[in-house]
Amino acid sequence: MNERDLLDRVTRVPGVRGVLLVAAADGLVVAEQLMDGVDGRAAAALAGSLVGRLTRTAEQAGHQRPTFVHLRAEAGSVLAAPGPDDLVLVAVIAPDANVGLARLEMIDAAGRLG
Amino acid sequence: MSEDIRALTARLADEPSSLAFLELAEALRRRGQLDAACKVARGGVSRYPGLADAHDLLARILSDLGDLAGAFDAWSAALQFDPMRAAALKGVGFLYFRAGDVVAALDHLQRAAQADPDDPSIPLAIERVRAEVRQHGAPRANGTPAPAPARPPATPFEGIEGGDQGFLLVDGNGLRLSGSLHVSSGEDAGDRVAAQLAGVSREAARATRILGLGPWHSIAVESADGHLFLAAPTADTVLLTARDHSLPLARVGLLAERASRAARAWLEGMG
Repeated sequence: MNERDLLDRVTRVPGVRGVLLVAAADGLVVAEQLMDGVDGRAAAALAGSLVGRLTRTAEQAGHQRPTFVHLRAEAGSVLAAPGPDDLVLVAVIAPDANVGLARLEMIDAAGRLG
Repeated sequence: MSEDIRALTARLADEPSSLAFLELAEALRRRGQLDAACKVARGGVSRYPGLADAHDLLARILSDLGDLAGAFDAWSAALQFDPMRAAALKGVGFLYFRAGDVVAALDHLQRAAQADPDDPSIPLAIERVRAEVRQHGAPRANGTPAPAPARPPATPFEGIEGGDQGFLLVDGNGLRLSGSLHVSSGEDAGDRVAAQLAGVSREAARATRILGLGPWHSIAVESADGHLFLAAPTADTVLLTARDHSLPLARVGLLAERASRAARAWLEGMG
């Protein structure tokens, strides 16, 4: 399954507004499928940086590397599933999105990366 | 057996991996066949552990069966996968009210009202809780009035599961205000983690603002061996709740909400 197919699977989940594959170290977009109005480059840079910081926080707290991150905000959420080779799958979702399905698809897709 | 249940049972037998279990369990529940409904719903939950609908359905069946602790766990699991699921928020709010925690009950009901403003039963439930409190005071689980606090708490987390351990309240400069976080070696890693958290809060705020998502509410971080849950009790503070993997993330979220309210009250009490 190629990157495009993996992104397709996540995009099909109701309420998902965009999905990106991001190189966490530099926050650059590797692949993306976005609805209008979602700033992919900003999402990539911000999510990559946040996941990096949360990874360091988890390690300092004695935990292993995160497998999934859910940043919930007033008007939607950012989901992130770190994969191998420093890649992170990131999704921007609406407040009424099916977070459970998106989570499952993202963890599965992130596991198939690399 | 009614025709619809027969048809749904046959469909599920033909396609065990389908979502027909949702309709079948609901049909059985409506007919009062609660044990059968529960069995079907549990099968669905084990097949689709990440599906909020399955947990929500199981919670309603367990509630009908009088297994309130089980219903609480199932609704908590539904909220893990769909934090703004009105039915689950309403269910948890009801259970908190039954347990005598009016603050948590109202908090959940108000979130349910935000999630589903068209559900007329939610404002009615909120009003009922408020009326009960006005008439009788906050209900207590054991039916006795609340004792007056003897002294101001030394930490915000007294009386909360886990006490001070596994909670970390941090100010905007990354300095610890309260709580402790011991790692497996026994060392308190609180100050090191606190230093990271100020940056996390700023980055989260920046990300959600730039993406047009408004202010951030929480960050849930899953790892193979444990969960972290971040909330902002006030604009200038961050609360980290850390638990090992034995506690489901949704339960960590509920614990974090309770700790966050306690931290807010404690900070207000500090002046």
